[in-house]
Amino acid sequence: MIKYLLRKEFKQILRNGFLPKMIFIFPLNVLLIFPWAASYEIKNLNLSVIDNDHSTYSQQLTQKIISSNYFKLTDVSPNYTRALKSIEKGESDIILEIPPHFEKDLVNRQGGKVMISANAVNGMKGSIGMTYLSSIIGDYNGQVVQDLMPTNAGTNSTPTIQLDAQYRFNPHLNYRVFMVPALMVMILTLLCGFLPAVSIVTEKERGTMEQINVSPVSKSMFILAKLIPYWIIGFIVISIGFLVAWAVYGLIPAGYFASIYLFAAIYILAISGLGLVISNYASTLQQAMFIVFFFMMLFIMLSGLYTPIDSMPEWAKWIAAFNPLKHFMIVMRSIYLKGSNPLQLMNQLMALVGFAVFFNTWAVLSYHKKN
Amino acid sequence: MKQLLSFIRKEFYHILRDKTTMMILLLMPIIQIILFGFALTTEVKDTQVAVLVPTNDEASSRIIDKLDASAYFDVVAKIHTTDEIQPIFRDAKAKLVVVFEDHFGEKLRHNGTAHIQLLADATDPNAATSFTFYASNIINSYQQELMGENKNPYQITPEVKMLFNPQMKSSFNFVPGVLGMIMLLICAMMTSIAIVREKEMGTMEILLVSPMKPIYIILSKITPYFVLSCVNFATIMLLSVFVLGVPIAGSFMSLVAVSLLYIFVSLSFGLLVSTITNSQQAAMLVSGMGLMIPVMLLSGMMFPIENMPLPLQWLSCIVPARWYIAAVKAIMIEGLGITSVLKEVGILCLMGTILVTISLKKFKVRLE
Repeated sequence: MIKYLLRKEFKQILRNGFLPKMIFIFPLNVLLIFPWAASYEIKNLNLSVIDNDHSTYSQQLTQKIISSNYFKLTDVSPNYTRALKSIEKGESDIILEIPPHFEKDLVNRQGGKVMISANAVNGMKGSIGMTYLSSIIGDYNGQVVQDLMPTNAGTNSTPTIQLDAQYRFNPHLNYRVFMVPALMVMILTLLCGFLPAVSIVTEKERGTMEQINVSPVSKSMFILAKLIPYWIIGFIVISIGFLVAWAVYGLIPAGYFASIYLFAAIYILAISGLGLVISNYASTLQQAMFIVFFFMMLFIMLSGLYTPIDSMPEWAKWIAAFNPLKHFMIVMRSIYLKGSNPLQLMNQLMALVGFAVFFNTWAVLSYHKKN
Repeated sequence: MKQLLSFIRKEFYHILRDKTTMMILLLMPIIQIILFGFALTTEVKDTQVAVLVPTNDEASSRIIDKLDASAYFDVVAKIHTTDEIQPIFRDAKAKLVVVFEDHFGEKLRHNGTAHIQLLADATDPNAATSFTFYASNIINSYQQELMGENKNPYQITPEVKMLFNPQMKSSFNFVPGVLGMIMLLICAMMTSIAIVREKEMGTMEILLVSPMKPIYIILSKITPYFVLSCVNFATIMLLSVFVLGVPIAGSFMSLVAVSLLYIFVSLSFGLLVSTITNSQQAAMLVSGMGLMIPVMLLSGMMFPIENMPLPLQWLSCIVPARWYIAAVKAIMIEGLGITSVLKEVGILCLMGTILVTISLKKFKVRLE
């Protein structure tokens, strides 16, 4: 029985004309374009400097900031009002104001003060810019201290802590390394969530559902036949993802491919199950699309794709715990970047199995043969 | 006129009687605004930290206390050998490991210098940059305390001011973005689907042979979605002002004016989609692929446009939402007058005119 049903499903998908193309084009498009656009890698921030001191020190400081590669000097303003104008016009993102007598105060042991004003309409960008600028000023400060301190006085009287930071797993702080595995999750979710959601509703709208309902096909058999094609599509899609990640971004998982396939197999079942549940409840294509869209949006927002789950408030963390996307996102990033194995990701594995069982049982139960 | 009114009533029934879609259209902005306002932040808070202390001493425990006491960090584990570092990162127990060197306190006292290494889990590069920065600040402040009276006389202190958004709420960035997205979704996607559905169901034929002028058919299709967008605009405004506390710094009237202009552009886009597609699925995909994804990506709602490679920056110029969001940010958040967004307004007007001309030209009065 299932053999014939599967043959029907595959024919429906392959003869659609559009769907098979989409299975290839969509992942390619997303993986080739997204990582370039969806980048929070902050470089080339536009800096506006107000140098009221015009001294060697203030020029050295400005020079050091520009040579850091993070900032681009776009404007040297005579006063704050002018600099603020350039921020309002969007010509610069951050202002550094060096007060008069900056050098004199520093040399006379009074300490120096500089003012940083960042455009924080985009809070993330503002704070990253501020962080970079402060760190560079801190570095410069270290140089100044070395220059000015009498050689022996400094080291003996004041204990100093030497700090150095090391970034693990992503030493060059490359944002794409962070995004690409997550984007594969997103592609898988969109394709394997949207397509099943549409499939039953389409049968309803076309009236072919009626034929299935009067046939001896059992409920679980019907759902299974709907699931398996998307399962296979999911495998194709994720393999395309691996290829692109390797060919374009040089990314190879630090862990095993097998563990990714294992998790993906369970995840696709879970997300397609959800799609089928929605498909059972919706009566028109439009409704189905909107419900899926609504859930996808929620899932994506609360998945940690853009913003860390850790900084969410408690209630949002609770909602996120029931988000299959979040668990799979953690899995992909851990396997790709840290080389984790399924044992270390036991919690996620259990959660995903749970979702898969839950949604598919629900899909079978919510499918009624009677109208 | 009476004809038009009764047609508009018909369209309203179409929408009002589809409860699920209605609910979603009205709920979506509310949930988005609440999520963006409260849940999606990038601030560093309670980051889990592990400390590696080979030898317990006063200096290191003071620093650990300081880290733990700050709102940024939570010290969750204390380890004693370097072998324990890797499992901590693997099992995601902590995102930052602070490594004190052997005999840290002693070295600090006797040699005058001691070493701390910060190992950050840089899977998320920006979070890593931020919490490393905060950790160094905390350790530096301990050093300042140590110096006591011998305070570094050459200290340069940056005084930081966050313009327009001192509390760094992400909602300041997202409210304009959500506005731009929702209106486009309702006006363009819904309108196009509504018109194409008539084609698909064959009822378009009935409309075309009726004595109604085509322009009336279009007008009556557009009106309900126009009203719906206005309702959503009002909800978003009310929520953002009263719940999120995002003030309308500039003039409300210019905000409304720009929004109406944007609704007009979106509606004409929807019209264009509906004239070039024949099935709901195609309309859905064109507006989904052609609208939603570019809007999310290229409008500057989530990702700053300036960081993108140039070809994408050029591409972003044809996304209407980009100009609308820029204008709303300027008026609503930065409190600038309408004169400073003339460029954006001009571009939107131009886009609207082009879209309307093309779609009216292409609107088929005859069936194929």
